[in-house]
Parts: sequence; structure tokens; C-alpha cells
Amino acid sequence: MIDNNFTAENIKTLQQLVLQQYGYDFTQYSKASFERRIARFLNITGLESFYDLKYHLINNKEFFTFFLENITVNVTEMFRDPVFYKNIREKVLPQLATYPVIKIWHAGCATGEEVFSMCILLHEENLLKRSIIYATDINPKNIEHARQGIVPLNVMRDYTQNYHSSGGKNDFSSYYTASYDNVLIKKELRKHIVFSQHNLVTDHAFNEFQLILCRNVLIYFDKALQNRVIRLFYDSLAPYGFLALGIKESLLFSDIRNNFEVNEMATKIFRRKN
Amino acid sequence: MKWQQKFLGEKTNGNMSKQLSVIAIGGSAGSFTPLLKILKLLPESFLHPVIIILHRLKNVDSDIDRLISSALNRTKVREPEDKDEIKPGYIYLAPRNYHLLVEEDKTFSLDYSELVDYSRPSINVTMQSISAVYGKHVTGIVLCGANSDGASGLQSIIQNGGTGIVQQPSTCEYAAMTHAAIEMNKEAMVLSPEGIADFLKNHL
Repeated sequence: MIDNNFTAENIKTLQQLVLQQYGYDFTQYSKASFERRIARFLNITGLESFYDLKYHLINNKEFFTFFLENITVNVTEMFRDPVFYKNIREKVLPQLATYPVIKIWHAGCATGEEVFSMCILLHEENLLKRSIIYATDINPKNIEHARQGIVPLNVMRDYTQNYHSSGGKNDFSSYYTASYDNVLIKKELRKHIVFSQHNLVTDHAFNEFQLILCRNVLIYFDKALQNRVIRLFYDSLAPYGFLALGIKESLLFSDIRNNFEVNEMATKIFRRKN
Repeated sequence: MKWQQKFLGEKTNGNMSKQLSVIAIGGSAGSFTPLLKILKLLPESFLHPVIIILHRLKNVDSDIDRLISSALNRTKVREPEDKDEIKPGYIYLAPRNYHLLVEEDKTFSLDYSELVDYSRPSINVTMQSISAVYGKHVTGIVLCGANSDGASGLQSIIQNGGTGIVQQPSTCEYAAMTHAAIEMNKEAMVLSPEGIADFLKNHL
């Protein structure tokens, strides 16, 4: 639980320290969830105070690596919000099919579950062979994990259900091989993914895409940072390219929101105007 | 930094004087009926924002917000989106598969982090977050359910000077959640759904 050490001053000092010493900028993260992450991290490490946390962050680079792995939220699911994937399949992919090469960016891919879901859709629509899927995350540990293509077995039942609710017709188990407590997503499906580290807060556009997916990442940012990131997406989209956000996220805090049109409001699929 | 300015600005403005209370209601199995009963007894002129956290299936679209809205014949029922402002006269329902948090500037933040005690949304998480921002201007209510979520959230509310209420276990379909909340919070009032509505109408 959040104790009295969680003063605005303490959080700010910590963010400045991490920014100056390691170059990661968390100053515009949403305060309510960032505090919970710090509380959780103190809990995991068993550290008693903010003072101890600062001490280790200043003096121990490996400790910072561990901090970075845990401070961002790395939760994800395959085919989360099935109706979203249904819309991608039925409304977005037919448009993408007109391009000779399809470039997709998953910004904030965590351990890759949404990327694998997209690869399955592209495969079923016969588009995977000419697609390149860039998957990026701030957290190098996530990228390392996602590259392995491993998903825990105990959640596959939920994912299978999600897949079928999204309109998937195939035998879901044909997309992976199970071994012990995990499944391995088939290599065939993953070979068009390019993984790389990218920080939405400080890094810039690096390519041009027909579809950008960034679902449930903006919720961790304050409004000003959301504005910055939407601009980055705009700059990274081809004319008439698609932007997909989380179901409860919006373009409301972007001063270029009028440069997008709504493609599917309920599942937050937008389209760059030109 | 913008973040810092915003926070300090909020603090020095000191808008505590004529603040509305926030009502946080948590419920699980069997809580929909008592919830509706309470809400129906509140007049449309009831301005305190009501924030409802119900356990529900995570990847199934359900129309609970619309069900509440049509049962009450009220339009101001909303599943908040990220950074939505908390407004008087509104009833908010935590969206499925997110934790619902509250920021210093009285906006909502959604959070898709780990389940807490097998739940997302977690009643405890939302109640703690509301309590940290609204202090004594919070009334927390734990309705029925078959787990123990809500007990520690209610404790935070009471510790920060707010009011804690638990649904009378004898009026519950599943009473485990109310027993847990009463166990942890001896100061909490124990009331029937009608009693809860009376309290909200007459004591806020």
C-alpha cells in the first residue's frame, strides 16, 4: 500500500535521478499508476524506503536494469478485445492488402502477444508473406522475451476463446507447439517480425507505416505526453494509414486530432487524413 | 516540468472548501440487484459522483452501463475513458479488464497492470486511489460478493477520514465480501441497501 514516503517531492527526485543518470524520462507518466509501480517495486525488492531505492539506483547499474524491467507495465494478452481484431480483419486488412509491402508497427509490444495475434490474422488473410511487422518496447527484457515466441500454457484456453470470438475459424492449436508449461508460437508466423528497443517518450519516427498499433500504452502517460506520442504516430504513418489505440484511449489530448478521421469508434481505430 | 507545475498548482489552489464527496461502490457476485436498488433511491439532483467497481468477465462485452442507465432512466452513466474528468451528477462504472485510478487533478486513469487478488478491476485498488486524492470526502461502500476484495480499500478510506459502509450480510446473496469488510473495518456502518440510500441522501 502507498505510504507517506510517496510525496510528490520523492517521486520527482526519483524521476530526475533516473533521467539524468540513465536517460529514461518518466516525468510525464501518469502519477496514479507510476506510484503504484514504485510501491510494487519496493515490495518486490523488499526495500524499506525511498532513500534505499535512490541509493541503489545511484550506485548499481544492474539494479537500474531490474528497476526498468519492473517499473513499466508488461501485461498483455493474445486477441485482447476480440471485437477489435474482428474489425482489423474485416475493415483494415482489406485496405492494407492493396499495398505491395505492408508495414506495421506495434508500439509498446510488451512480451509480444498482440504481435503474434496480428501475425495470425495476416497469415489467415494471406498477407503475412509481404508484411513486415516492427515490434518495439522501452524494456529490453520484453524484447528479449518476445523474440523467443514463448507464451505461458495456462492462458492458452482464454486466448483460444478470444481468437474464436474474434472470428477466427482455424484450430488455434495449429499455431503453436506446447512443451511443459509454455507454448512456442510457430517460427513461420514470427519470421516477419523485426524486434527493437524504442522509447516513445524520447525517440523519433524511424519508418513509415500503413498501420500503427499502440494499445493500452497511452494510459500510463499524462495528457501532454499523450499529445507528443500521437504526433510521433502521425509522423510515422503513411497518408491514409491506420492508428489503433486501446478501447478506452482517445485522441482527445492531441492538438492534431483533426488530422485523423474515425474509422471505428468503438474499437478506437483511426485513420490519418492524408 | 509541466507535471510538477500542474501538481503544485493543484495543491496551492486549495479547492477543498466546497468539495463534493465521491461515492465509491464495490460489488461482486450478486451485487447488481442491491446496487440498482440503491441507485434508484437516489434523486436525480444527487450531485456527488458515484464510482462503481464491479467484478465482471474480462473479454466479454457486457452492457452493464446501459443496463444501469435504462433502469434509472438516466443518461449520465458512463464507463470512463482514460483521463476523463470526474464530474458532478455522473455515475461511473469501471471498465472491464482495467484497474480504475484517480489522478490529483480529478481525472480518471486506466491501468492494465497485473490482477490484484485475482481481480481487474480491483475494488481495493480503486478505493485506495480515490481515497489518496479525495481524503475525507469519500464514502466507500462494499456490497455482496464471494471473495474479500474491498476490505482493505475501505480501510484506506476510513483511515483517510472518509466514511465506510458495508451492506448488511443478511441482505446478501453472497456474503463473504461483506463479512471480510466488516472484519477489517469495525468502524464501518452496516446497512441494508435502503439504509445505504437513506444515508447518502441525508448525510452528505
